[in-house]
Amino acid sequence: MSTAPTRKLELGRVGEAVKRVDGIPKVTGEFAYSSDLFAAGMLWGHTLRSPHAHAAIVSIDISKAVAMAGVHAVLTHEDVPGDKRYGLEFTDQPVLAFDRVRYFGEPVALVAAEHPEQARRAAAAIEVEYEPLELVVDPETAADQPGIHPQKWTEGHGYRDDPRPNVVRDMRIVRGDPDAEGDVSVEGYYELGIQDQAFLGPESGLAVPDGEGGVDIYVATQWLHVDRDQVAPCLGLPKEQVRIHLAGVGGAFGGREDLSMQIHGAMLALHTNRPVKIVYTREESFFGHVHRHPARIWAEHRANRDGKLVNVRMRILLDGGAYASSSTAVTSNAASFAVGPYAIENALIESTCVYTNNPPCGAMRGFGAVQTCFAGEAQMDKLAAALEMDPVELRLRNALAPGDSLPTGQRITGSMPVAEVIRKAAAIPVPEAEELPRDPVRLPGGTGNTTRGEGVRRGVGFALGFKNIGYSEGFDDYTAARVRLFADAGGELVAEVHCAAAEVGQGVTNVILQTARTELEVEDVMLAPGTTSAVGSAGSASASRMTWMAAGAVQAACRAARDELERRGGTLGEGEEIDLERIYRHPRTFPLEPDTGQITGGRAHVALACAAMRVVVEVDVELGLTRVVWIGTAQDVGQAVNPQAVHGQIEGGTAQGIGLALMEEIQTRDGLITNASFTDYLIPTALDMPPVEAELVEDPEPDAPYGVKGVGEPPTVVSTAAVMSAMRAATGRELNRVPVKPDDICLP
Amino acid sequence: MNISVTVNGQRHETDVWPGESLLFALRERMGLPGSKNACEQGECGSCSVLLDGKLVCSCLVLAAQADGHEIVTVEGIAEDGELHRVQDAFVQAGAVQCGFCTPGLVVATVDLLQHKPQPTDDEIREALSGNLCRCTGYAKIFDAVRLAAGRA
Repeated sequence: MSTAPTRKLELGRVGEAVKRVDGIPKVTGEFAYSSDLFAAGMLWGHTLRSPHAHAAIVSIDISKAVAMAGVHAVLTHEDVPGDKRYGLEFTDQPVLAFDRVRYFGEPVALVAAEHPEQARRAAAAIEVEYEPLELVVDPETAADQPGIHPQKWTEGHGYRDDPRPNVVRDMRIVRGDPDAEGDVSVEGYYELGIQDQAFLGPESGLAVPDGEGGVDIYVATQWLHVDRDQVAPCLGLPKEQVRIHLAGVGGAFGGREDLSMQIHGAMLALHTNRPVKIVYTREESFFGHVHRHPARIWAEHRANRDGKLVNVRMRILLDGGAYASSSTAVTSNAASFAVGPYAIENALIESTCVYTNNPPCGAMRGFGAVQTCFAGEAQMDKLAAALEMDPVELRLRNALAPGDSLPTGQRITGSMPVAEVIRKAAAIPVPEAEELPRDPVRLPGGTGNTTRGEGVRRGVGFALGFKNIGYSEGFDDYTAARVRLFADAGGELVAEVHCAAAEVGQGVTNVILQTARTELEVEDVMLAPGTTSAVGSAGSASASRMTWMAAGAVQAACRAARDELERRGGTLGEGEEIDLERIYRHPRTFPLEPDTGQITGGRAHVALACAAMRVVVEVDVELGLTRVVWIGTAQDVGQAVNPQAVHGQIEGGTAQGIGLALMEEIQTRDGLITNASFTDYLIPTALDMPPVEAELVEDPEPDAPYGVKGVGEPPTVVSTAAVMSAMRAATGRELNRVPVKPDDICLP
Repeated sequence: MNISVTVNGQRHETDVWPGESLLFALRERMGLPGSKNACEQGECGSCSVLLDGKLVCSCLVLAAQADGHEIVTVEGIAEDGELHRVQDAFVQAGAVQCGFCTPGLVVATVDLLQHKPQPTDDEIREALSGNLCRCTGYAKIFDAVRLAAGRA
């Protein structure tokens, strides 16, 4: 049941390309993911979900299910021992639906049985009587429809007051003169569909009762301590009796910030007094986590003849779905990065997120910046065309630099090498178009053999992406690390590091070990399994923050251990040990003023990162098929802790942005998801990915340990916009909605 | 019902429910959770195994159908505690991030190199297009295959 063995690093300090320490167990199949766990006497849990997007629950009859063979428990909202609701920002989400269901797939009841098929069949035998309610599924009209929640959860959170019942957050950034005119103005309207994180390892975990009323939960998550803080009150237990342990995580991308099976598994385990494992199917996974907010964005960019931006005006409408999750932060982030990494004096950005009965949305890689980058960069291309100016030159003329201010009034004090990133990306040579005829695998449509190339048009596009690193707007963002230093049998120093940072595939395990080796100058460093019971919170593996924060915390703990070692004369005797914990905080941020979106202290975002990308596409305009041919990108990475891992993040983040541009969308009809499978929800395959040439721009961040910046999100932010820039160049179409559909790119 | 299969050279006699997939039987009945379930409908390749030497998605094979057959899973790729060159190449090239797709990709790559020891880049892309990866964008997976084929 132990989820991950203590691991040892063989080589590598900060800055070196280091092989993953979990690489070998992952290639041999030994690495234990949350779905691989097993315990003696284990039962299988299953979740009954709502078939309606909005309905009152009239009655629930579990009698048939309870009587079925192999069934050990059938639980409903009446069995939730503590608080009936939980949530990351607001406690608006029921553990199990009571009174009504607000989205398709919402959990209604739980079953534990000896075989997963018994559990599924018992769940199907639960009789729930629903009475359909008026649907709130159009975000344009949602705000003024009857509220889907019994109360306004935003009250008292310091947000701009909006009396409309279904508004999650409504914010505004007003800078300079929002009516300022320029010589030229371009306008556009843009839409983005719902994107799914589509991590490969579905939600899963194992809950084990401790026999004393408490529970151990082994789960794939992004933030162990915030899970515990949400789970314990719902179980009616003190936090100490709920221990969350990190099991192997099969990808996350924001989709594991919220709870999935944690409370459910624990309820079943405590009720049956047996270990209970829950593993979602792929279909269930589409209901089991929040998605990227779909958006509708109106934008107007005004500039002078010389290309200098004068004023950017944008209205952003985000569909938050049924529950808030991290929507308030996404709303603000979308607004904060709406203008892109450009210096500007005047702006009016309005950003609104509404509750609907659509699938709940929250964190996904890029977190609001993806949506506004798609709109803003399309606008920059439009502006370049109106000015008859090279799009790269237009971006260079407006590039943000240290000393400039963001539309929130925040002055750039740290690293911000926008012009260098643009120049580096633009300087990567674009490959010549490959001649025809050629192997169909290198044509749109691929081995479908749909063309010999006669209808294929090439397009080259460029875009710039921009996002914050770390939690913002006054959030108390910190990470704890603990170091145990002792001598082994031969008298050599050994270090054991504890940090609850979630290894989600990004490689933070290596970052922690590299940091400890660098700071302690000790060969033998081990990382203990992540758990809430041995160390304080690490915060979330989110917001491109984990490398920075984990390095900061481990550095602080190691330096303190080093000092203590020196105080003791530089050596430790047998049985002697140093064991201490330190907390690292990044520089403080401050909330935005609710009505103007202006800073109320030094900065709202602790640091910023950007990426530029050039994309070559080929579009078969007769059949509406696309092949992404080549990508060249430059990214502002602060300082690369592990260059191989940084390139891996850039390539993987780019793939997800290509997916949003060309194929990925959760489709709904009246709030019901119609494509909850990998047969119908497509993600890029090996045949869809072009080569990605990436240049790292290293400009150390002064406030961060080793000058690092997060690297996970900028490639996802920029790539959708960059692909669409190339698609417009190839087709001459406006293409204002992603993902594009074949009909959008077929030319008469 | 009882089935008898040879997995990674070892005979397993096990009782299965007739509706269970080979993947479920491997993972939950034979103690071999290396093969992963990510889509349960043959789209993602995470559950790839060799069935009588043929690459299949074990989620699409009933456990009962495998009765009397030979199976190699990711756990059977390394020999005598030594990583197979494909496994070593995946580690060296940085082709592993979250790693959930890795077992399937390792098996699929072993199968590819058995049939085509020197695949071209296009052949690599096509051969692995049935294995979804959400973390890497595939670039380092291609590097790993070239490395294992002695091309890098």
